[in-house]
Amino acid sequence: MNNNETLIPLLGVVTDIRTETPDVKTFRVNAVGGGKVFEHIPGQCAFLSIPGVGEALFSITSSPTNKEFMEFSIKRCGCVTTWLHEMEVGQMVTIRGPYGNGFPVDTELKGKDLLFIAGGIGLAPVRSVINYVRAHREDYGHIDIVYGSRSKEDLVFYDEIVNEWIGEKDCDVHLTIDREQDNWDGHVGFVPNYVKELGLRNTSTAVLCGPPIMIKFTLAGLKEIGFKDEQVYTTLELRMKCGVGKCGRCNVGDKFVCKDGPVFRFDQLDKMPSEY
Amino acid sequence: MVKLSVSKLNDFFNLIASKEKLYIPVDTAEGAAFKPYEEGMKYSSACNTTRSAKDFFFPQVENLVNFKIKDKSIEVIDNRTDTEKFVIFGVRACDVASFDILDKVYLQDPVDSFYKNRRDNGTIITLACDRPQETCFCQSFGIDAANPAGDVSAWIVGDDICFNANNEKGEAVLEIAASLLSCSDESEVEVKKAEIKSILEKLPIKDISLDKISSKDLMENFNSPVWDEIFSPCLGCGTCTFVCPTCQCFDVREFKTNDGIIRFRCWDSCMYSDFTRMAHGNNRNSQKERFRQRFMHKLVYFPNNNDGVYGCVGCGRCLKSCPQSLNIVKVAKALGGKE
Repeated sequence: MNNNETLIPLLGVVTDIRTETPDVKTFRVNAVGGGKVFEHIPGQCAFLSIPGVGEALFSITSSPTNKEFMEFSIKRCGCVTTWLHEMEVGQMVTIRGPYGNGFPVDTELKGKDLLFIAGGIGLAPVRSVINYVRAHREDYGHIDIVYGSRSKEDLVFYDEIVNEWIGEKDCDVHLTIDREQDNWDGHVGFVPNYVKELGLRNTSTAVLCGPPIMIKFTLAGLKEIGFKDEQVYTTLELRMKCGVGKCGRCNVGDKFVCKDGPVFRFDQLDKMPSEY
Repeated sequence: MVKLSVSKLNDFFNLIASKEKLYIPVDTAEGAAFKPYEEGMKYSSACNTTRSAKDFFFPQVENLVNFKIKDKSIEVIDNRTDTEKFVIFGVRACDVASFDILDKVYLQDPVDSFYKNRRDNGTIITLACDRPQETCFCQSFGIDAANPAGDVSAWIVGDDICFNANNEKGEAVLEIAASLLSCSDESEVEVKKAEIKSILEKLPIKDISLDKISSKDLMENFNSPVWDEIFSPCLGCGTCTFVCPTCQCFDVREFKTNDGIIRFRCWDSCMYSDFTRMAHGNNRNSQKERFRQRFMHKLVYFPNNNDGVYGCVGCGRCLKSCPQSLNIVKVAKALGGKE
């Protein structure tokens, strides 16, 4: 009997829980004896589970350059995520992965000016890429980060953005929230409009992630300022059970989001049914 | 090639069953079904079993892993063991071809160890079809009902049953019953094959327009106006998926026992409304989209990824089982523009 079976999970332990927003928490996961459970590349995902509650797929939000632990930023919206939000430090979870292709950080993105655009919890997978690029800063050109959320309280990784990303070399961070509020003197407005107003260089390679409606209008906005589908990457999220192209759930056209994705360029998505 | 009098078939079964677990098709109230062999059981001469033979390698329910939970700790218990060796007698050409299709999913990297274990330990004795039915269309997929694949192929010729081992596994299973078998002349089997072929030629379902589908690109087939109407009788009951030898989607679920938690997988259907439902919505919200997914997968997506091999073997079970008389033949012909 072959001992390597992807459907049988490993164990991890939650060593830190950080509240990002009223409905997003970041969970730090270590192997039971310390260290990381496995290595990954930015944009890859892993299944977390609490046996008895269920198993669900999450993007790994930490960068692989973090050698100590993995992090998952998870919005509370269903059965498994609600349980995860209620657990305490020291809780064991099952974990299996990494799954998916990840972003081409060492090939297609290398040497390019980069534009990261995210909305809400959509920053979770993008953060892995941003921190990977920051750790290999000399390998990439100028960085623009456009990030928007409903309110200031809904911006995830706010402390990291303010304390680390804003001071990064040759990096411009543009934050926006949907509506005016007290204690906010930054930009107010939706991400798709903000992207058009910023005077961004349209020669950059873009990574775009957020709610479907935001992706749709932001992509249209990028095209208005001269971006082509081939320049823009996104990452999809569909229901999955296996992560290895066998259970059939995440099949879209002749692709399986779990193994052929979750990262796609828009010129690839154009050739696929829009069932995502 | 070796042979045996059909009247001695039970002696053959007894010998095989004395060494390995044996399954044969028998007649039941619900039609023919594969059952564990017991002495004296009579094999069914039905054209095919009501359910496909996929259960042998991809069972309807299968335990994956157990867990024990104590406070914040979890214990993972891997209960996998080697499947006992087993022999299936009487698999038809279409069903044995379906195993090749399942192999393309489950033996593709990363290999599914549960499936592989069953494949490695199962020996398949196929039986040529004496009486192909009018719902049969395996020919459309290049499958020859007169010459079935498998570890051993068998033909009933008059009062005899002739066996031909196709590989070492097949030779090993015939060796168990060697004392009963005598050498056979291949010419008798050739006559039988010609008889079967003459029946196959008269079957009503011939050209199901596969060439017309494959000549169009994926998005053209996906956007075909055919989908707007053809799905409408579909109840989303999933019967087609259940009886289909090539449907292989699964769900992973858990249940709590007094002693811990069992995580298992079970068959699932893309025809069901909750198949793709997530906390934030459903990417195939309508029955039209779900119906299209099932047939696009078999007729377009699967061949795109597997060197043109379709995800159908023409067994005809969906033609017999669908309560609304929908089936892949209707869909293929419509999509191909034939009807």
